Amino acid sequence: MSAAALNLDGVSCTFAGRDGAAGFTAVRDVTLAVEAGEFVSVVGPTGCGKSTLLNMAAGLLAPSTGAVRVFGAPLVGLNGRAGYMFQAESLMPWRTALGNVMAGLSFRGASQADARALATQWLQRVGLAAFGDRYPHQLSGGMRKRVSLAQTLVLDPDIILMDEPFSALDIQTRQLMENEVLDIWQGLSMAAGRGATSAGAHSPAPEQAGLSPLGAVSGASQAVRKAVLFITHDLDEAIAMSDRVVILSAGPGSRVVGEFRIDLERPRDVAEVRAAPRFVELHKAIWDVLRQEVLAGYQQQLDKVD
Amino acid sequence: MAWRHIKPSRRNVRAWQLGLLAVLFLAWHVLTVPGLVPHFLFSDDNQAAFFFGQPLKIFDRIGHWFFVDADIYRHLAVTLWETVLAFGIGTVLGLGMGLWLALSPLAAAILDPYIKAMNAMPRVILAPIFAVWFGLGVASKVALGVTLVFFIVFFNVYQGVKEVSPVILANARMLGASRRQLLRHVYLPSATSWVFSSLHTSVGLAFVGAVVGEYLGSAQGVGYLILQAEGSFDIDTVMAGILVLTAFALVLDALVGRAEKALMKWQPQAGESERL
Repeated sequence: MSAAALNLDGVSCTFAGRDGAAGFTAVRDVTLAVEAGEFVSVVGPTGCGKSTLLNMAAGLLAPSTGAVRVFGAPLVGLNGRAGYMFQAESLMPWRTALGNVMAGLSFRGASQADARALATQWLQRVGLAAFGDRYPHQLSGGMRKRVSLAQTLVLDPDIILMDEPFSALDIQTRQLMENEVLDIWQGLSMAAGRGATSAGAHSPAPEQAGLSPLGAVSGASQAVRKAVLFITHDLDEAIAMSDRVVILSAGPGSRVVGEFRIDLERPRDVAEVRAAPRFVELHKAIWDVLRQEVLAGYQQQLDKVD
Repeated sequence: MAWRHIKPSRRNVRAWQLGLLAVLFLAWHVLTVPGLVPHFLFSDDNQAAFFFGQPLKIFDRIGHWFFVDADIYRHLAVTLWETVLAFGIGTVLGLGMGLWLALSPLAAAILDPYIKAMNAMPRVILAPIFAVWFGLGVASKVALGVTLVFFIVFFNVYQGVKEVSPVILANARMLGASRRQLLRHVYLPSATSWVFSSLHTSVGLAFVGAVVGEYLGSAQGVGYLILQAEGSFDIDTVMAGILVLTAFALVLDALVGRAEKALMKWQPQAGESERL
């Protein structure tokens, strides 16, 4: 078996306590693998260290114990094969939408013209072709998230890390964005599957693969698909989008308490799939596990107040 | 004319501003021209004019400066040049130092008491020393202005770098920015936004440095004109100099406002709305 795209191997993360106080262990002994082309969601009660997990995968945070492996190689420093979509506003406010999408390309040494061309393509792809010259404060929250998405994906990362990227959006915008992410993700796998060369992965798919006949999707090569690690507190979102849902226990010292394979058919529409009987079944099964953790987490917060 | 036309409102603010100015000058005129009204505060008719100057004579002086003799331009140019130099040098030094100290906490920890001490010191007192070091020319005024501008810019940049959003920073790093690129594309823009927000203050202080420096010892500049006039108790010329400096400062401030607006278009303005 080839190495997983991302492998968290028994990682723990303890934040040093201030002034000799005992340290705070956010996650304890978590083992989690994301295969290439797999969409994995992590759900858990608030404050269970989901973001910590993602920061370790990104290399922004070094695990206290355990190891992170990227395509089999131990991770040292930042994870260069990963793109990270943050929960909070992460666009540079002094750059236009286009400038923000171009940023990563120019950081990595692409010529100004190449960066502009590719960034324009991606802005088009997320439906913001007409807004390239806008500054972030001139865009709505949903538009800013689209720019973030384009900014992350234009670099063609092998692994996409997403930290509750849509939690600040209203429910309608959110479902639109979820569908769009799924479309693009499937489109990316399509493009990679069709274009045998590495250049093929760079150019956007000729059409939205999510809308094309199913046969084409099954023909896509699994090996070059993008791996997604998606953090959310919204179980519906997790099930609707993922191949696999991982449940973290209430913190501190969160660990993995459950794992469910989501065998819903793709392509999916996140709004429609919620009505499918299998979705309801999965939701119930996962919620049974998650509920205890949510209650435990809530109880801990109450205890702290007392 | 009906009262509703004259009543202060949003539309006639400018007219009221000008009217107020006219009233002030009129009062000044009436109270200072010898013999116009009987003296009530001073012991003789000429004293009010001696202490406060007379608006007509002051305007006459200004007219001579600008049109008849046309000899003030040289002095204004010198003062402006000193202001620009003090602002430029002070800003660059403050920007560099602010970036350096904000990004290397150890250096900041070591230099902290010195910076606090230098900022707490009344720096105008350095003017005589600068005069000894740099002579009575432009350089000593620039030096004084720089000490005033530097700290404003320095503290703003320091603050600006410290307050760069950690998320934006992490995002830039994930996008592949090297340390140098972070400095150029994240820290510097963030810091300059703080510099611009203090632009009004720092340009004003550069101007103060130039004028005070001239006033304390110089051979040219508007401050020098005031100093000369004061030496011969020519209150009209002193007042004329003050008026010219005030007008000049207002123009400078307006220019800064323009520059700020052009450079900071990426920043949201309160209540801004835009047609799509």
